[in-house]
Amino acid sequence: MFAEYTASELTAIFAMQGFAGLILFSVLVLMALGLAIIFGQMGVINMAHGEFMILGAYVTYLTSNLFSEYMPSLFDGYFFVAMAMAFLVTFLLGMLVEWGLIRHLYKRPLDTLLATWGLSLILQQIYRSVFGAREVGVTLPDWMMGSYPLTDMVEVPINGIFVMVLTLVISIGIYFLMFRSRWGKQVRAVVQNRPMAGAVGINTEKVDRLTFGIGCGIAGIAGSAFTMIGSTGPTSGQLYIVDTFLVVVFGGAQSLLGTIASAFTISQAQSTMEFFLSGSMAKVLTLLFVVGILMLRPQGLFALKIRR
Amino acid sequence: MMKKAPPKATRDDSQASRRGLLKMLAALPASLMLASQISWAAPATSEVNTSGLAVTDDTVTVGILHSITGTMAISETGSVQAEKLAIEQINATGGVLGRQIEYIQEDGASDWPTFAEKSKKLLVNDKVAAVFGCWTSASRKAVLPVFEQYNGMLYYPTFYEGLEQSPNVIYTGQEATQQIIAGIDWVVKEKGAKSFYLLGSDYIWPRTSNKIARKHIEKLGLKVVGEEYYPLGHTQFNSVINKIKLRKPDVIYAIVVGGSNVAFYKQLKAAGIDLTKEKPLLLTISVTEDEILGIGGENIDGAYAAMKYFQSLDNPNNEAFVKAFKERWGDDIVIGDVTQAAYLGPWLWKAAVEKAGSFDIDKVRAASPGIELTTAPEGYVRIHENHHLWSKTRVGLAQPDGQYKVVYESEDLIEPNPFPEGYQ
Amino acid sequence: MNHKQITYFPRKDLIGFAILAAVLMLVLPMALDVFRLNLVGKYLTYAFVAIGLVLCWGYGGILSLGQGVFFGLGGYCMAMFLKLESSDPESTKIQSTPGIPDFMDWNQITELPWWWEPFYSLPFTLFAVVAVPVLFAFIISVAMFKRRVGGVYFAIITQAIAAILTILIIGQQGYTGGVNGITDLRTLLGWDIRTDEAKTILYFVCCLLLLASLATAQIIRRNKVGRILVAMRDQEDRVRFSGYDVSNFKIFVFCMAAAFSAIGGAMFTLQVGFMSPSFVGIVPSIEMVIYCAVGGRLSLLGAVYGSLLVNWAKTSLSESFPELWLFGLGALFIGVVLAFPNGIAGLFQRYVEPYMPAWYHGRVAAKASEKGNSTTSGDNVTPDTSEEVPTGSDKQPATLKGGHYVNAE
Repeated sequence: MFAEYTASELTAIFAMQGFAGLILFSVLVLMALGLAIIFGQMGVINMAHGEFMILGAYVTYLTSNLFSEYMPSLFDGYFFVAMAMAFLVTFLLGMLVEWGLIRHLYKRPLDTLLATWGLSLILQQIYRSVFGAREVGVTLPDWMMGSYPLTDMVEVPINGIFVMVLTLVISIGIYFLMFRSRWGKQVRAVVQNRPMAGAVGINTEKVDRLTFGIGCGIAGIAGSAFTMIGSTGPTSGQLYIVDTFLVVVFGGAQSLLGTIASAFTISQAQSTMEFFLSGSMAKVLTLLFVVGILMLRPQGLFALKIRR
Repeated sequence: MMKKAPPKATRDDSQASRRGLLKMLAALPASLMLASQISWAAPATSEVNTSGLAVTDDTVTVGILHSITGTMAISETGSVQAEKLAIEQINATGGVLGRQIEYIQEDGASDWPTFAEKSKKLLVNDKVAAVFGCWTSASRKAVLPVFEQYNGMLYYPTFYEGLEQSPNVIYTGQEATQQIIAGIDWVVKEKGAKSFYLLGSDYIWPRTSNKIARKHIEKLGLKVVGEEYYPLGHTQFNSVINKIKLRKPDVIYAIVVGGSNVAFYKQLKAAGIDLTKEKPLLLTISVTEDEILGIGGENIDGAYAAMKYFQSLDNPNNEAFVKAFKERWGDDIVIGDVTQAAYLGPWLWKAAVEKAGSFDIDKVRAASPGIELTTAPEGYVRIHENHHLWSKTRVGLAQPDGQYKVVYESEDLIEPNPFPEGYQ
Repeated sequence: MNHKQITYFPRKDLIGFAILAAVLMLVLPMALDVFRLNLVGKYLTYAFVAIGLVLCWGYGGILSLGQGVFFGLGGYCMAMFLKLESSDPESTKIQSTPGIPDFMDWNQITELPWWWEPFYSLPFTLFAVVAVPVLFAFIISVAMFKRRVGGVYFAIITQAIAAILTILIIGQQGYTGGVNGITDLRTLLGWDIRTDEAKTILYFVCCLLLLASLATAQIIRRNKVGRILVAMRDQEDRVRFSGYDVSNFKIFVFCMAAAFSAIGGAMFTLQVGFMSPSFVGIVPSIEMVIYCAVGGRLSLLGAVYGSLLVNWAKTSLSESFPELWLFGLGALFIGVVLAFPNGIAGLFQRYVEPYMPAWYHGRVAAKASEKGNSTTSGDNVTPDTSEEVPTGSDKQPATLKGGHYVNAE
């Protein structure tokens, strides 16, 4: 299929395709990180993850309206405010949900799945009642749209770079939070041995609530960022849920590094296949590939080798 | 059970004040008012209803069947609003055969068996005289056997893939050939397009439409350089955008639907393809003004769409329609192709009932071919023998404000041809 | 307890079955018109799935979020047969290739694919309705359970499989009818399935099959297999160390659940008149779990009542308050998990059964209560601890309970 193209065209295309894969990679990481924290560290299956993302998107939408209404001069920078707001709102909702729902269910992980599914239905209907059934259009500042031409052929989408940088920042942030902070140490202690952690004076309930809140908050940031590339509607969140869970499970649930590695594998596999095959088949093959590997290696790519 | 108009106030209902309704009446096209002058001396119920439909001496009951919950609620809301508006307007001008229309609204919940179930309820339990509803092909296919078995009448508003012609359905949207061929002819003639990249969501309508497009393109001796489908709800289009850049088509022919639309156009813009430069040019048949709300006008600026109706159409019928619609449902509302087609449903039914002088389904069906509507917002339409509408096709250029500017209009009405020879 | 004959139908279960049979076969047909009866018939097809889930989730602790796959496969097998029958050359003569299903003709397929051919035969179809899903379930479960994938992982992988199958069916529309599904099914061996009379007969067929499935499930539940499943759910390692091959039992119960779902799917196709990929996907699969949970995940009869109740609520709520329906459904999910983990059956056992007369409980249980044993779910095999959702405080969440994979290394 490449016979009719010149070498420079091919290089350009491979560069761009590689870049597309990287963007997809960032998107998947961003989607999955919040879930990886909640699912991997707490064992809670949060089926409402997608709805938390969409909440972030709606917050972004509201912030953008607010800015264009009252502070049009600052519109260029609203997105950063929006992301902070999105984090805050989803973080608080996450804590509330943990308090009202999740904390009763730590012993029954499969039941968290059902309860959060119920939560996701309720959230969807709330969005529909508040924002209407139609999708809302989030206006982005001009500088975020468009692309930066690297060469004649190769153009780099600015929002892609934005997502990549954001992912990098958040990943590093989480790394420090989990592995270099007191809170992270507590989370890991609680994950490894709850009664013992409690016995040495860690307030496990507080740690749980914060962990869940932060996981949801990251989902909110992801949702905010996805207004650049996707749609914002009451049911948009459901589009992400399967992919997100697969990324986390494929990576090995308790390993954040695993999540990143699996996002990389899946994104590269998918974007390569999308280039050579038609879109639907690429999707099917990617999913099959992931499920196949999971059957051979059920613990995922990275498993913590701990005796329990 | 949701009984009789006016139904419980939905969010949309509550937006409209009673004053709005009065204003809307004032805004009715003069021709409609004229029609109402010829008041029907209401004929006896036993004459106009020999088949046990829900018709009384002063009311007739119809059904509205759309999704107001679930994923399809996004698209179907506009159709519900249009149908309610048409019914209210008809009632305000004296109703049908001297009877006020009451409606029972059912929710298909974006779920095809629910559509089948509810349509059966409407026909069997409620004995409605007509049903206005369905949006997706899948929902129509699901209710079709029910309508044929219990002999109901469905007015279906969406542009769709054709390959169907049921005695129990009036298709008020365009079938694929009407929409596609005129659009491609225009882009070839006016823009000198030579090569096409066909892209769509993966289901029957985009696939069938692209098939017709491909046949037509190849008949013209031009080239299709790529054809590709993505699952419904897909949100990553960077790969296909790269392929488009590689193949350098003159035209991207896009039939992406639903949430994917937003992702596709945003990513297209982000990848540096400026549609206003028309290199490549983008022609779509799936993005109406409704979808642009979600996509954002600035992201689709410069794309062309081929369909039969745009909100910006410049004619008195449409001006009155848009005005009435906004007064009924709020100022910030937009009206897309399907919404307008849904609005035609009750009017076409009324005309057929009055021609037949009866609500009986069989008589309405017999009267339907040849029914004309001069007051349609899209202009003059007429029902063909095959139950589709003769209609014009227009090409609109998307503007940053989310509206289309009409740049072309087919000279004559285009004949509907649901089973196009040589395109299958 | 081993020397005792296992009683498959203790008296109170027998009474429950009898009441259910009477409600389904006598009360409902007399009280409802054909339209509503047909709706109930449709709800009952979901009850098949729920029964399977009781075995597999309630007893086996295996939550599958992909039961829609088996429901769909069973339904599609049936739909293929019916579609072929309604696509005889006579009634499809306007097509460019008469004699093949209409959607194939629209997709330029000029010849029936080979794997459609066997579906001309009704015996083969009936066989395939069960065999295809069971084979599929077997492959999935062998691959997973032999490698000790369990708990949450299994749930998510089944969910992914549901997603894959949906995309595949939609993408291969020339062979499967795509997103529209296989529609416009008319006759079964010349018998018009769309008439009121046919719907009534199909309703009774559906009821009989459901009662038969219930009896089968009851036998499995009361059998040694059922006991081992419960043991496995609660302490998998101990069962394994006792010398049982745990995975075989899991595979068995998963395949049984698939078989029940498939029968439900086939009955669905017959009663509703079409099959579409919207039953295969993730959302319906999870909704099917809620039917089971509402009824009580440990009660077979509860599963049937749960399916009926949720669907009835869905139909009537969505008729009168469409906007509220999702709130109701969502609240149901949460409520059933938080407040009533044993569902309707649990409420019944707790608040109604203690007041039932002694003859209801049967001889042995009556004795047990004389001894001051307050168990309300007593029967004559053993005081039954399986009748409770394990909320035990000594259990770690399953994901963290390394047994599934960490030890496998």
